[in-house]
Amino acid sequence: MSRLYVARNPKVATRRLGGETMIMSGRDSTLFTLNPTATILWQSADGKTPLDEIVEKRICAEFEVEPVEALEDAETLARELARHEILQISPEPIADQNLSGEAR
Amino acid sequence: MSGLLQEMTVKALRLNIPLSVQLDLTYRCNERCVHCYLDHNDKGEMTTAEIKHLLEEMAEAGVFILTLSGGEIFLRKDLFEILEYARQRLTFCVKLKTNAILIRELEAARIRELGVEAIQISIYSHRPEVHDGITLVPGSLKRSLDANRFLKSQGLRVIMANVLMMQNLADYDGVRALAAELGVECTLDPTITPMMDGDRSVLSLGVNQQALRQVFRDSALVGDVDEFCAIPAKPRDSELDSTPCSAGHTTCYVSPYGDVFPCVQFPLPTGNVRRQRFIDIWRHSDQMNEVRSIRMKDLPTCTACTHVGSCTRCPGLAFGEGNMRGPSSQDCEKSFARTGIPSANMLAKRRGNPNLVQIRTLAVPAPDSRSGALL
Repeated sequence: MSRLYVARNPKVATRRLGGETMIMSGRDSTLFTLNPTATILWQSADGKTPLDEIVEKRICAEFEVEPVEALEDAETLARELARHEILQISPEPIADQNLSGEAR
Repeated sequence: MSGLLQEMTVKALRLNIPLSVQLDLTYRCNERCVHCYLDHNDKGEMTTAEIKHLLEEMAEAGVFILTLSGGEIFLRKDLFEILEYARQRLTFCVKLKTNAILIRELEAARIRELGVEAIQISIYSHRPEVHDGITLVPGSLKRSLDANRFLKSQGLRVIMANVLMMQNLADYDGVRALAAELGVECTLDPTITPMMDGDRSVLSLGVNQQALRQVFRDSALVGDVDEFCAIPAKPRDSELDSTPCSAGHTTCYVSPYGDVFPCVQFPLPTGNVRRQRFIDIWRHSDQMNEVRSIRMKDLPTCTACTHVGSCTRCPGLAFGEGNMRGPSSQDCEKSFARTGIPSANMLAKRRGNPNLVQIRTLAVPAPDSRSGALL
């Protein structure tokens, strides 16, 4: 399986609220919320760390999930967020575009 | 409000987080709107550094929606520096309120680049003579509408905000048509805010009862007129246990001088960010906590009112009338205009204020008590 790189879209607005992450899409003013697992994915989406590594080191380390299943779920989520232009995905590392939402 | 935003608001309320803040960057303005409640003289605005520090504190406190307003925000030379900081570094969902007369193609492109969520522009009429007659700036309608087009062409969300007064009463349909033509949203608000120093003379510009009644029966504005104007059902106990509005609960307002208030329409100072941390004011200010403690059932006049379950009562306007637990007369007028039933406050005022012309016999002591004659 080829590696997938994910990066936060700097155009979106984000804030943590009690373990969840609120995201307002700049494209169509739609509000999304990410649960704690998806929040970890979002926070780790720096464009440089491949998704499988994020799943292994961040998600599987924190939640009791099977790595293969977790990676499948993470890929589905990443593609869904990319469809809404919240996340960028690429088979290559993504250059730093003033990434947002890391610590907030 | 979308279902998800409502859900987040409930969560923020439970966690005591100020989800949404309006920050006025300046009270200076390049228009002189007849109904404006502000003193436009600069009395010591926060510096760029102070504003950036405040934004850091707000982000830390959990503020998500940041509305930058004024005055006219584009009079701040550091506006784009502030916007850049708010959007790129602190990832706020930023909304702007402006008259837009300083927005040209370049500014519109930069706003788009920074990912601003929405821009609200004040438009009072589709006719220059009426709009410019309110802003007191000749040519202002044309410039605001040009800006509207520049922003729209960037794919930005633009909202025309129309304050309804007697002066522009005949034009709200025209503004709506203009908004539709430009492909932007449109809001209409008949509320006039008293001056910040308490002067209430601007309220005389507001629409009268007859006009309100007419507006509230316009199906293009309110949808189902029968439903909108229906006599409200008796409120459930849970409704009486609810909070009157979001001011001080999930929202607050910060002036250009750093003063924090529960809302832009609620002139109760609760602290100053130049002297205290924003989160400390939010959590520990006695005034903020007093506002927060009020439930619908604590409103002595309003709980006895037919309209309590459906009224748009503004606690800030009530505070301006002298009692934050009291009624807000402008909202009483709205409820009356909708349903034809006077509010408890209106009835109490009628009882308390006898007719101006009274005919009754005056008991004047007789100059000579022996004669018993009356003058």
